[in-house]
Amino acid sequence: MSWMRFLHRKRSDSELQDEIDTFLTEETADNEARGMSPDEARRQARLKFGNPQKVRESLWVQNTPQRLAGIARDVKYAFRALSRTPGFSIVAIVVMALCLGAATSLFTVVRSVLLRPLPFRDPARLVMVYEHFRGGELSYHPVAPADFYDWRSKTRGFEDMAIMRSAGYNLTGVRNELPESVDAEAGSANLFSLLGVQPALGRDFTEADDQRGSAVVMLTWSVFERRFAGDAKIVGGQIHLDGKPYTVAGVLPSWFTYPNAGIELWVPYKADASAEMLQHHDWHGSQVVARLRPDVSLASAIAQVGAVQYQNHLLYPNDPVAEDVVSRSLNEDLAGDVKKPLTLMLSAVGCMLLIGCLNVANLLVARGAARQKEVAIRSALGAQRATLIREQMAESVVICAAGGMGGVLLSLGATEWLAKTWKDLPTAQSIHMDGAVIVLACALMFAAALIAGLLPALSTTGKSMLKALQTSVRTGSSSVSRTALRKSLLTAEIGITVVLLAAAGLLLKSFMQLRAANMGCVIDNTITLQYNLPGKEYDTPEKQNAFNEELLAQVKAMPGVRGAALGTTVPGTGYWGTDEFTVKEHPPLKVGEHLPNAMTRWVDPGYFSALGIPLVSGRFFTSDERVARSYKVIVSRQFAQQYFTGEDPIGKHLHIPGRAHDGAPNLMDWEIVGVVGDILYQVGKEPKATIYFPILEGRGGAMLVVHTATDPLQFSVPLQKQIASLNPELPVSDVLTMKQIIGASLVNASLSATLVLAFAILSLILASVGLYGVLSYLTTQRTSELGIRMALGAQRDQLLQLMLMDGLTPALSGLGLGLVMSFATTRIFQSMLFGTKPLDPVVLSGVIATLLAVAVLACLAPAWRASRLDPMKALRTE
Amino acid sequence: MRKSSEPQNEMLKGTLDMMILRTLVGGDAHGHTIAKVIERTSEDLLEVEQGSLYPALHRLEDRRWVSSYWGASENNRKAKFYRLTAEGRKQLVRETSRWRQMTRAIGLVMGEEGGAQ
Repeated sequence: MSWMRFLHRKRSDSELQDEIDTFLTEETADNEARGMSPDEARRQARLKFGNPQKVRESLWVQNTPQRLAGIARDVKYAFRALSRTPGFSIVAIVVMALCLGAATSLFTVVRSVLLRPLPFRDPARLVMVYEHFRGGELSYHPVAPADFYDWRSKTRGFEDMAIMRSAGYNLTGVRNELPESVDAEAGSANLFSLLGVQPALGRDFTEADDQRGSAVVMLTWSVFERRFAGDAKIVGGQIHLDGKPYTVAGVLPSWFTYPNAGIELWVPYKADASAEMLQHHDWHGSQVVARLRPDVSLASAIAQVGAVQYQNHLLYPNDPVAEDVVSRSLNEDLAGDVKKPLTLMLSAVGCMLLIGCLNVANLLVARGAARQKEVAIRSALGAQRATLIREQMAESVVICAAGGMGGVLLSLGATEWLAKTWKDLPTAQSIHMDGAVIVLACALMFAAALIAGLLPALSTTGKSMLKALQTSVRTGSSSVSRTALRKSLLTAEIGITVVLLAAAGLLLKSFMQLRAANMGCVIDNTITLQYNLPGKEYDTPEKQNAFNEELLAQVKAMPGVRGAALGTTVPGTGYWGTDEFTVKEHPPLKVGEHLPNAMTRWVDPGYFSALGIPLVSGRFFTSDERVARSYKVIVSRQFAQQYFTGEDPIGKHLHIPGRAHDGAPNLMDWEIVGVVGDILYQVGKEPKATIYFPILEGRGGAMLVVHTATDPLQFSVPLQKQIASLNPELPVSDVLTMKQIIGASLVNASLSATLVLAFAILSLILASVGLYGVLSYLTTQRTSELGIRMALGAQRDQLLQLMLMDGLTPALSGLGLGLVMSFATTRIFQSMLFGTKPLDPVVLSGVIATLLAVAVLACLAPAWRASRLDPMKALRTE
Repeated sequence: MRKSSEPQNEMLKGTLDMMILRTLVGGDAHGHTIAKVIERTSEDLLEVEQGSLYPALHRLEDRRWVSSYWGASENNRKAKFYRLTAEGRKQLVRETSRWRQMTRAIGLVMGEEGGAQ
């Protein structure tokens, strides 16, 4: 009702005017009837009525909610005050927009990645279970299927457990479509029901599907739309994977992009697993997801699984079977490695937001000083402090609201950019703004307004305010407390800036170190591509070798090719795989001691020379070491140093339980024939002990590396044609130069370094603006004092020094404070650093130098102005 | 004159709404008539302050105790007429009984005090 009145108050006012008119004419008529002259009658009527304006006003007030009107008035005043100083307002609004925009974007990412529950049924009870080798640091080790089957049958803490592993297939068309290699996952039949996912079309896997040799497949929505044009008839039909026909059981819903959006197909877990793979407890390569029973605690469920696992460990003392298990929530598992950088960036953005608020607060304190007298007089006349504070807060609220709106717009773009640029972000959920993010942005906005507005408002309306009336301006002492406030705000600002600068410096240095890291092999002019020989067509090692060797020979013969190599993987592409081993010539390990392990790679005889990896001792493989005669290995320098300290590894034998000789399951010994230089399996990681096996042992999947004389990208099409001439059905993937591979693994390091640096630079600019502002203000405050000093004979350079020191004091104390804080904080992200440490002297001195230089520059202009004052003018200023 | 009328007006303030409602029992009326009737009935002891009459009328209308319409006055001028609603009639009964209680109570107090003196 009152709202109706409020909305219709204009109309009711005009009606009232009509009523008043009626009253006056009626009264005039009455008066005339009493015998007054018309003029006198009208005069008496007006006298009787009194002031019609007053009546209108009182009705207007009655129709207006008072609180609202007060706020509207405050906001209106704030708008007027801000539009009088457009420079200040624009700067403040832009600052707030940048800070709030950055904060909103990062929060959007954090919320999508770390906080938002997965779209699965009751996601809080979903956990991932990993194996854990005791003794080492906490690691989430992939699970062996044999362990999983024991866990599932012998424990009761989980409602159900499901297993999955990644796979890859060549998807070939039945109607002449191009072949392509697709990423797939193999999952146990109960996986989708465990997650609570219903197929959008067709049916789920059944236990009958989840058997060795079964040929059913489920399509994800993306491949269904892209490759099969969203035609529902494909369900029940057949597609060809690695040349083998598979029946399409169903299509998964479009929102299902687990574990990542790149997965295009799902097959049953056991479908193409070998019998021994399913039986061995050391075949670590799968992920286990489990749903906790509602009445069981996670700790006790995991303890049960751990007990089963420990039994397995005791059963197979010579195999790498983990003693224990660990778990983490599905959400955390997906967030994985981005949690730390994300938290770091969120803190950086929080610091920046705080600096932005402090800066606006600082500017508002200066504005407040100009209204000192007005506020003092009003409070002397009885204005309530709360009203005065509210009035002053309105300005910061208006600034922050405008900044917040700009920030939200800004972050729409920034979020999209961030999601696209940050390669590590899990894409299981789309990253976009939603209601909660907007609510948070509003909350941030009000918090910012409060921080930025309350301090200045409190300082200008305090009791000390009344002193402003008593003291004369000339003494210049009335503002001491406020100057102190501004200086401490500034100290805090500079302190936080120093922390940000230190963090940015460390990340930047890490990034530089990463970029300069020596890969241990040729990087320039190298191109790589990957292919997988379908097992149906290339079913023997001889057939695989024939293709691989033919390809190598043809590529080497291409003009402009300096060398070509074939390996299961190339440097810089990641961990790939490890094997546990013992050295046959060494004494047996003590009971309970861990088997040593090393990374494994398969390479052709020319691999090391083509990639420029040096031979340390011994020899490379020969082309004679193939199939049954291939039981030789080459180890890396790191391997030799780690496991053959002070002895020659050449001629020694490695006993590798996971690599039995073909047809002779008890023969697991491999002779070391050479030692080669170390390579980095991933930029930013220390080289790891590596065992190289001969690829001529027979392998269907390989990465071709070609070292070219000129721009390697020119070779990408001829190389693919070369492969097509050997087998037109064979898809090729990941055609990349080595530089691209390394660049891709640096994207994330470069992103965090760049973003934090951007925040730090912005903060530095804000802090220097603050410094400049405070000192300029101080100079104006002290003009008459400086005039007196000059009149008494102070030299100009003395004044310069005086003013400079005045500005540099907060800068120096801020610097000290910031250094102390950064000692504490940079330790937190130590694990993100490479080739540097939290107390890096180069970085720290760089930070100190930058900050001092900027501080001196910011102080110099006002200090210079102070020293150039005309003493006569200065003395006359009021 | 103004000064002397103020005590009555103070008195009037709380009871103006009630008196307006009472006036309207006699039939629909516009602002001027209402003021005139109140003044005349009170033998000109009460002077209706126009500054409070119109806000009071609007307030009563908001509470739906009176309704209004535009019509022609006795002198054939356009005027806003107010009419007592059923709800307003109930309100008038409530207000009147409260007023009676109040005056009786005050009368008792004043009578006793007067007797003591």
